[in-house]
Amino acid sequence: MEKLINDFSFGLFFWQITLFLLLLVLLKKFAWKPILSALDERENGIKDALTSAENAKKEMQNIQADNERILKEARTERDEMMKDARAIKETMLTEAKDEAKAEASKIIEAAQATIQSEKQKAITELKTQVAELSVGIAEKVVRKELANDKEQSALIEQLLKEVTIS
Amino acid sequence: MQRFSLVKFLTIVLLVFSTTLFAQHEQNDEHEGTPAEVSLKDKIKESINHHLLDSHDFIFFSDSETGVHYGFPLPVILWDNGLQVFLSSKFHHGETVAENNGNFYKLYHNKVYKTDAEGTINLDDHHHPTNDKPLDFSITKSVLMILITGLLMWLAFVGMAKSFKKGPIVTGAGRFLEPIILYIRDEIAIPNIGENKYRKYMPYLLTVFFFVWFLNLFGLTPLGVNVTGNIAVTFALALITFLITQFSGNKNYWKHIFWMPGVPVPMKIILAPIELLGVIIKPFALMIRLYANIMAGHIVLMSLIGLIFVFQNWIGSSLTFVLSFAISMIELLVALLQAYIFTMLSALYFGFAVEEHDEAH
Repeated sequence: MEKLINDFSFGLFFWQITLFLLLLVLLKKFAWKPILSALDERENGIKDALTSAENAKKEMQNIQADNERILKEARTERDEMMKDARAIKETMLTEAKDEAKAEASKIIEAAQATIQSEKQKAITELKTQVAELSVGIAEKVVRKELANDKEQSALIEQLLKEVTIS
Repeated sequence: MQRFSLVKFLTIVLLVFSTTLFAQHEQNDEHEGTPAEVSLKDKIKESINHHLLDSHDFIFFSDSETGVHYGFPLPVILWDNGLQVFLSSKFHHGETVAENNGNFYKLYHNKVYKTDAEGTINLDDHHHPTNDKPLDFSITKSVLMILITGLLMWLAFVGMAKSFKKGPIVTGAGRFLEPIILYIRDEIAIPNIGENKYRKYMPYLLTVFFFVWFLNLFGLTPLGVNVTGNIAVTFALALITFLITQFSGNKNYWKHIFWMPGVPVPMKIILAPIELLGVIIKPFALMIRLYANIMAGHIVLMSLIGLIFVFQNWIGSSLTFVLSFAISMIELLVALLQAYIFTMLSALYFGFAVEEHDEAH
């Protein structure tokens, strides 16, 4: 201990403390502050880059999930639409068929009705013509026959018979 | 070729790790001249002692036969009725009296004493000089090394700061220093002081770490400097840690010293002086730890190198050579370790001073 105290040099202590403090102040201003802030800045930069990369990844995943979802939705929608279309087609077909059937039967009915009426008309005309013809014949016959009274009344008799028969 | 590379290897090893390469030459020559082994051992002891102390001139090596010292003088600055400035070459390595402005000074055991014109040193019963000691602010070898280290740190770290201005990736020596700075921040400052408060202490922790480490490493070069193994230097460093700790101490810190929460009142009274003593002991331990480790390392290393020359045979000398090489390697580790421990403990003490907690213990 005595040797320690004896060896203690005040001059060296003075220089050491002065020079060290000077070095500390100078280095603090010109070296440590810029170095430490540069290191901090760099670290923060790296941290930020990593976080943004992570965020981008998450966003990407979200987008992918969205895409997946949208695709799925689109598929179901398409399926539904197809189904609907098929049903519509089905109903349309049946409707059309029914309608066609109805129309056809209507047309047939109408045709039959027309035929019936035409037939009736034809029969009536025929009747009229037959009647006219018979009247004509009768006239001619009458004209000829009427010369003879006997014959005439016989004829009338006969005609009347015929008429009632027909 | 192989022999040449072996010689080269040994030369490099000696140059790099032997702190006393030149001193050894001196002793070896001495030994050839004087066969008495006791005188060689004394010489080694004296050389070690001389090396451990600060000196007023920078001597690389001395030729003891011719008495010529190879090195350069350093300025001597004394406060003795005004400023006295002269070069240490005036002392002639302690052999003559230096005269400046009518005052006479002489070196005795590396310390400057005021003497008369003849340079008489009066010794008391304990062989301590009774002459007046002027206040010595000389630029000694240690002060010069502190200056060089400071300059080196300035160049390295201001260069690094400039390189950071150009982009986020540092170039040059900064690539080596950057992980160390990050280590001090992430493994020393943040865990010990806390995420919110460490910033304030980073400049001191970084400066003290690199300062101590670089000076420890300089101590292992053949320049033969022993700055961090000097009590005045470690005292100054520990004092700064002590002052920063006390000035940043918050209410909680002082409360834990003077009125320990969570213990009975009699215990509080007993604990207060112990805690107060602890405040002083912590930096004191810091001072002694660095000083003793570096000092001991230098003594062990130099003694082992000295043993090479004491053993005058192949086996002993080569064994001690291997041993001193191994110790040199350990000293390289110790140089880093002591800088780390000093920084770490400083951070720990700052952490105690700024700690905030409500729980009792």
